[in-house]
This record gives sequence, C-alpha cells and structure tokens, in this order.
Amino acid sequence: MIPLSHFLIVGGLLFAISIAGIFLNRKNVLIILMCIELMLLAVNINFISFSHYLQDMAGQVFVFFILTVAAAEAAIGLAILVVLFRNRGTINVEELDEMKG
Amino acid sequence: MGFEQIIFYLLSAVLLASAVSMVTVRNPVYAALFLILAFFNSAALWVMLEAEFLGVVLILVYVGAVMVLFLFVIMMLDINIDVMREGFIKYLPVGLLVAVVVAAEMVMVLTNKSLHIPKPTPQPADYNNTEVLGEQLYTYYVYPFEIAAVILLVAIIAAITLTHRKRPPSTKSQNPSDQVKVKSTDRVRIVKMKSESTGGD
Repeated sequence: MIPLSHFLIVGGLLFAISIAGIFLNRKNVLIILMCIELMLLAVNINFISFSHYLQDMAGQVFVFFILTVAAAEAAIGLAILVVLFRNRGTINVEELDEMKG
Repeated sequence: MGFEQIIFYLLSAVLLASAVSMVTVRNPVYAALFLILAFFNSAALWVMLEAEFLGVVLILVYVGAVMVLFLFVIMMLDINIDVMREGFIKYLPVGLLVAVVVAAEMVMVLTNKSLHIPKPTPQPADYNNTEVLGEQLYTYYVYPFEIAAVILLVAIIAAITLTHRKRPPSTKSQNPSDQVKVKSTDRVRIVKMKSESTGGD
C-alpha cells in the first residue's frame, strides 16, 4: 500500500527540480517555459493524489482546467517567443532589457 | 514490497530522473524529449490513482500538441547553445541550494502524520472515470467549462495575431467584402454609338 505522502513527495521533488531548472537555465526562455510546464505537472500530481485519497472528484475537475489554461499559456508564450526572435534575433533573457525594468 | 509499490517507485524514479536530465541537458531538443518522458511517466502515475481520463488527456494534449509545438519552435529558432549555457556553472550553487531547501521543507511538511490517509478501497471493475468526470463537468462545473472554452479561443486568436505576418503587396489575393459589394454597373460598361457599316457598298 502506498501512502498519500509518497505521491505528494514526488510532486514536491518535481517542483523543486523545476525551480532549480529556472535558476540554472536563466538565459534560455524556451527551457524556462518548459520548467513552468513541469511545475504545473507537479501541482497536478498533488491535485490528483488528494482527489484519489479523499475520494473527491473536484480535484480531477480542477486538473482539467489547469491543463486547459496551461495549453493556452504555452501557445501564447511560444507565439511571443517567436515574435521576439523575429524582432531581436535572440531569445537570451539578458539582452531583453528594452523596458529597463 | 508489493507489485504496486514496485511499479510506483519505478515510475517515480524515471519521472524524477527525466526531470533532472531536462534541466541539465545541453541541447533544448533533448530537454523537450526528456519532458515528454516525464509526461508519460506522470500519466502512468495518474492511471495508478484511478484518474484514467486525465492520464490519457495528458498524453494526447501535452505530448501530442504542446510538446510538438515546443519542438517546432525549438527547431525553427536558430539558437546558439553555447551562449545560452553561459552562467550554468555560476548559478549552479544557488540553484541547487534553493531546490534543496524547497525540497527539504516540502518533505518535512508532507511526511506529517495528518497526511497518513488510508488508501481508499479500489473502485469496482465497471467504474468509469470518464463518465464520472463528465457528469461533474457538465453539471456543477458547466460555467467554468464554458469559460475554459473561451480561454482556449482567446489563446488561438492571440497566438495567430501575434505570429501572423503581413503579406507583401505584390501577392494577389481576394477581398471578399469588395466582392460582395460590387454592383453590375462596376463590371459592365454600356457604350452608346451609331452602327457602322463594314465599308464597300
């Protein structure tokens, strides 16, 4: 029998790995977008394991909506990335200082 | 250790290993492929948790659509990998530190005794996860469901308008509104003139 905490720990470790990924690849927007997808996956694992162990369908419905929003986010993010590359010729985060934020 | 536990630890190990490879590998194409491996393994984990529909949706939507989109963009852009890898070693200590702290804190919280919920009895063989989920979606969550559809529509329009390029003026194209608005007088010109003899007589 697998306790609930083991599934949650897998999700937590996945989240920590993707945080490290954002730190390590902070020049490449593509890898950062992929790390965000991995973070959403970790959150979804938590939702589904709670949904199973508490026998509540609401968790799975929530995962459904997260998947929808994540797909929309990936599509728009990649579109912005393509436009950025067309205008600047680079996707290096360090060179994207147009707004001097 | 039962069969279920062996499967769980195997899937989790491959999932975490592919996530680590994704963030450390040099080539973005390999990173995308490792992310696909991670999605497959977590879909298998979701099937173990009796969320069969979402497991299938994860593979169809993520591996079939989103990751293919990622691969398209990676291969379309001409990225200098060496420039992108600058700072990897520099940020390695702080990245590892943050990740280890986050992971340690989460493990400390998640191994709490209050989370030792007993595993529920498995659903009977004729239990249909898709049916139950669909029933919930189309009754209690019907308005959020429609809002999700609108969000997808907005995403489609935004992605197309962002990446659409104006065609050069030399290309010939039809303008439907002009075609509808056209009148017969614009097309046919009636010329009044005297009849002409063909000469001779």
